[in-house]
Amino acid sequence: MSKSPEVKLVNVPSPNFVPEKDLGKPLVLEAAHLGIDFGGLVAVDEFNIGIGATEICGLIGPNGAGKTTIFNLLTKVYEPTRGTIMIGGKDTHNMTPVQVNQLGIARTFQNIRLFDKLTVEENVKIGLHNHMGYHTLAGVFRLPNYWKEEKKAHERALELLDIFGMADLAGVRADSLPYGAQRRLEIVRALATGPKLLLLDEPAAGMNPSETEELMNNIRKIRDEFQIAVLLIEHDMNLVMGICESIVVLNFGRIIAKGTPSQIQGNPQVIEAYLGTHRG
Amino acid sequence: MLAHLINGISLGSIYAIIALGYTMVYGIAKMLNFAHGDVIMVGGYVSFCFMSYMNVPAPIAVLLAMAICTVLGITIERLAYKPLRSATSLAVLITAIGMSYFLQNSALIIWGANPKAYPNIFKDIEAFEMVGGARVSPVAVVAITANLVIMIILTLFTSRTKMGKAMRAVSEDKGAATLMGINVNFTISMTFAIGSGLAAIAGVLLCTAYPTLMPTTGSMPGIKAFTAAVFGGIGSIPGAMIGGILLGVIEILARAYISSELADAIVFGVLIVVLIFRPTGLLGKQIHEKV
Repeated sequence: MSKSPEVKLVNVPSPNFVPEKDLGKPLVLEAAHLGIDFGGLVAVDEFNIGIGATEICGLIGPNGAGKTTIFNLLTKVYEPTRGTIMIGGKDTHNMTPVQVNQLGIARTFQNIRLFDKLTVEENVKIGLHNHMGYHTLAGVFRLPNYWKEEKKAHERALELLDIFGMADLAGVRADSLPYGAQRRLEIVRALATGPKLLLLDEPAAGMNPSETEELMNNIRKIRDEFQIAVLLIEHDMNLVMGICESIVVLNFGRIIAKGTPSQIQGNPQVIEAYLGTHRG
Repeated sequence: MLAHLINGISLGSIYAIIALGYTMVYGIAKMLNFAHGDVIMVGGYVSFCFMSYMNVPAPIAVLLAMAICTVLGITIERLAYKPLRSATSLAVLITAIGMSYFLQNSALIIWGANPKAYPNIFKDIEAFEMVGGARVSPVAVVAITANLVIMIILTLFTSRTKMGKAMRAVSEDKGAATLMGINVNFTISMTFAIGSGLAAIAGVLLCTAYPTLMPTTGSMPGIKAFTAAVFGGIGSIPGAMIGGILLGVIEILARAYISSELADAIVFGVLIVVLIFRPTGLLGKQIHEKV
């Protein structure tokens, strides 16, 4: 597997650090003292994270550690019980998922949630929805603006699909795609919303090693081309250690370690909680 | 026979236009809006008032009725259904039935119980003579044409425009759509707006074809259109059209050749038979296109 060169992490104000290259640029995401309770159960507590403008960060931890819950908090599927989430410097308190999406956060899902009956291109166009500047009535009466904007969206959709070499599948129904392609389409759909931070929930789940390798290259390519940050949940340690510049380890809803891949690999607490059981 | 068939298609076209409202709302909001039939009645009364009391020309009265029904549909959704977005479907259903009675009784208070004689919009136009001597009323021609035009526009709208695609996305997965930046509440409002606007058109056509207007005018056609939507496969736009037209034809033929008293029983009997063999309706296959 091709590994990214290890980057140096530097401390920034607050208990966070970012890759040196992102120093001086505003943090794309900053969460402080984040927590949520479900009834009496403390699902996530004292979650602090700062993500640099072009950082690739891994969120790992055993099953049930609260990783997807954190994605749901960041995208406002759940309103946090405690703490703050700042996206691009804006407090997202009481914002809706649509509003935080417009602030620049987009995600994929652990269990694929494509719009099955829509075509590949239409799925991407759903992501482009808020970037198409024509009125609904212009769509009904098919005014010139409708044609112009739909043409633009069509070209943009093909361009985005081309990142994964999927442009020739544009007219195919989403549910007829093979599994790996569905995962890739979810990433394209999320990218179409124009995020500054892309949340990937187990992007390599169910992929074979060569597909995973290709995915790693594509995640890096997306980051470089779009200059965005990526936060990913993943169980595939080759992928996590291969592309993440920083890693956050979660167990029982709390962060137990943060650092570079080599720091995490050498951390005895992490090995005990997580890696130890997976090394075989 | 030809005349009956055309009358049936004409009545069926009106059912189809109403059924679109049921089917779109069901497809997107996953609820049965039983107040839909009463929006038809409001459309009838509003256009009646504009034409009879204010002498507004018919086409403008129709547009005004559409505008008012659209606002009414959005308001009903906001006030009655939106607070129940996460409630059980039974609670929403009961609310919809309540809303239906609310509209009927409001109409009773505003316009009284006495039937109103709806003006004939097409009084200056002669009935058309068909080959074989059958006469076709202008309202039949207008209903069939309107149905076709509406169906084409709606199909293009849902398949080709961003709002139409958003509607289909919301119909499949509200949560995922929200996270892709689709405003689900606005999308549902739009669905109610379209359905209610179409209900106004249906109201005018219905009252022109059967010119007595009462607070309960909308309920029977509403139920039949709902039947048509289920018949064709609820959630499917072409299903609503096919279901509506078949229902209209069956009803008129049964009335003409079997018994006018039994016509409704036969219509619903056919529905029961179809549902036994095709529980998801004619076009409602395992995989079907929802609005």
